[in-house]
Amino acid sequence: MRLRILDNGHGFGTKALFALIRTASRQPVLDVIKLVKYRSDFYGGPMSAVTQEAMRGPSAWSVGDRELMAAFVARSNNCEFCTKAHTAVAQGAYGDGQKVSAVLSDLESASIEEPLRATLLMLGKLTREHTVDADDIRAVLAAGASRQQIEDALAVCFSFNVISRLADAFGFLVPAPEAFEAGAKYLLARGYR
Amino acid sequence: MSDIRQARKALATRILEGAGKASPSERRAAFNNSDLAEPVGSLADKVARHACKVTDGDITAAKVLGRSEDQVFEIVVCSAIGQATRQYDTALAALETATGKE
Repeated sequence: MRLRILDNGHGFGTKALFALIRTASRQPVLDVIKLVKYRSDFYGGPMSAVTQEAMRGPSAWSVGDRELMAAFVARSNNCEFCTKAHTAVAQGAYGDGQKVSAVLSDLESASIEEPLRATLLMLGKLTREHTVDADDIRAVLAAGASRQQIEDALAVCFSFNVISRLADAFGFLVPAPEAFEAGAKYLLARGYR
Repeated sequence: MSDIRQARKALATRILEGAGKASPSERRAAFNNSDLAEPVGSLADKVARHACKVTDGDITAAKVLGRSEDQVFEIVVCSAIGQATRQYDTALAALETATGKE
């Protein structure tokens, strides 16, 4: 990473935890974990509370839907690390890799529910253009998404508009697919806390 | 998802008002993407508008004049959260307009 403190600045207990993760998963510690664990009272702790609520809190959207939104927002930010990481989580959550690949390659033609398609379109615009207007929201409501579903999707978008930026600004290493698979299993079993 | 607003508020309060290595005014300026002196001003703006274009050189430049890695870390975090907050707030206002809950 571009800041040495994010690779090597952790305390003894956290470094021991990283050693345990490497041993148990047989994979390198993902840079996102190193970031969250560095001075976690400043960023990682409060941000994890936001992300846990957005991704695993009560919602009409499934975990798979929200992970797909995360991957889509990351892709809209051109963030390779987060796109690959959350593609793996969404595929695991859905048990359907084809669905995730179809959405990320061509949202318009993918075989998904209309409320989800319209929501992803809106999130993509918000991420790329930094704004949406009432007509953009009305299109999502007309497709069948509820007001609460839109609020929940915006919370997911917030989290991944933060995390994608940090991944790219700090220069996260993009590891082999096996490392993302291990990370996906962890996030599906334990969430973001 | 009743706790998300409280959690977001706690996050913003922590990074802007809690203890840090960068000054509160610098963290606030990075969050707002305004009035931040160079070269960190350019870095914060790049993080906010197109983070995928940040380079090693941008981070190196931000560390001149004795600025520590911890200070750069905080400035980048504040910039990312500030921009995501503006996006979120804009969309939430549009939602309220669309549903007549202004």
